[in-house]
Amino acid sequence: MNYRIGIIDYGMGNLRSVEKGFGKAGFKAEISDRVEELMEFDALVLPGVGAFGNAMNRLRDMGMDKAILDYIDTGRNMLGICLGMQLFLTTSYEHGEQRGLGVIPGKVKRLPDNVKVPHMGWNSVSITREVPLWSGIEDNSMFYFVHSYYCDPDDDAWTTGTSFHGKEFACAVGRNNVWGFQFHPEKSSTLGLRILKNFAEMAPGGTT
Amino acid sequence: MLAKRIIPCLDVKNARVVKGVNFIDLQDAGDPVELAAYYDREGADELVFLDITASHENRDTIIELAGRVGDEVFIPYTIGGGIGTLEMIRDLLAAGADKVSINTAAVNNPDLVRESAEKFGSQCIVVAIDGKARRDGGFEVYTHGGRTPSGLDVVEWARKVEKLGAGEIMLTSMDRDGTRIGYDIPMTKAVCDAISIPVIASGGAGTLEHLAEAIELTGCDAVLAASIFHYKEHAIAGTKQFLRGRNIEVRL
Repeated sequence: MNYRIGIIDYGMGNLRSVEKGFGKAGFKAEISDRVEELMEFDALVLPGVGAFGNAMNRLRDMGMDKAILDYIDTGRNMLGICLGMQLFLTTSYEHGEQRGLGVIPGKVKRLPDNVKVPHMGWNSVSITREVPLWSGIEDNSMFYFVHSYYCDPDDDAWTTGTSFHGKEFACAVGRNNVWGFQFHPEKSSTLGLRILKNFAEMAPGGTT
Repeated sequence: MLAKRIIPCLDVKNARVVKGVNFIDLQDAGDPVELAAYYDREGADELVFLDITASHENRDTIIELAGRVGDEVFIPYTIGGGIGTLEMIRDLLAAGADKVSINTAAVNNPDLVRESAEKFGSQCIVVAIDGKARRDGGFEVYTHGGRTPSGLDVVEWARKVEKLGAGEIMLTSMDRDGTRIGYDIPMTKAVCDAISIPVIASGGAGTLEHLAEAIELTGCDAVLAASIFHYKEHAIAGTKQFLRGRNIEVRL
């Protein structure tokens, strides 16, 4: 079954590589910057690269913040990638204190100083909870990361995978119909494309 | 643990891959998109495309290439060579490049590093530094493909671009590039010790031992090589097995 997947365009980052990643995985995804169009999609992806505050301002200016929350309320699947995942949290400490979408209670914090930041490159991921998005992915597989801040959900029940860079952090989250990866599936070669395929194949309406 | 990255470099001219020996003798080594997709399948961690044409009429060719690579390649890739304006950076990133590397233009106009990092994010701004040993010690930055001495000290310049917002340094030894006698260990170590952003060692790789040595002795985050991969002397998988055998963390 092939559902309509939307990629939210709010002017932050490399949307085309996410679109091409879904294409390579065998699914058509459509880039959209129209708030009124979001509800037409069976599943949505919120990508993003850049600063948290800028991203939230853009979402607010477009009215996209409210539209995303309404969309999540319908129970359909929503995937955040990198900054997109961070935006789901309550608060970020990137350049002061910034309010996020608040879908996932928790904070976005800077990685520790004792390691190179940005955390750039391939790192292994421990699967802490089996969810459909990990289908076909072995524990401790490597994925491509580029980030300086990490998500710290208040409730560990959100975490589906962790990685280690200076400290252990949640690099994958998921509950009900909201999912997120700190790494870039669209830049993580075969295994990353498998995750995009897993997302595209999840039935609308969420699972666990 | 974060893996050390193995990065094949594809020098491109008129959308074909070439590799210069000390930047003079060029040999054709294939179609860049095909070669890049091959490297993705083989397990390369990242790719760098260096446009050595570096003439202005070539602008659209390299942007088009950046787009075509993204259709077939699902690992990060950097485009460099002759990039001098914010518009060019924007167009390459929009076409699908994950990062751009700036070299001569950064030396001529350091504000370009700051402005591009502010506008597009540090993670996509790589500053390429071409360095050469000075007779009296230390290392000097060269520009224009290694032809023009800039008077800048390599380590000082690396520190400066880090402050300006560069997300990564691609450090090439002009003395070693194309010689296949190994990376410039002292220069690479000096830069790695001085800054806290990732450093890619480049120039001089001729054997797998050279890759291991650079990682073990300098603290670099990635090693870049061209000829040892292009002519299939060493497959990426075998290279990584070799490094793993040396207890170096790699993605297998």
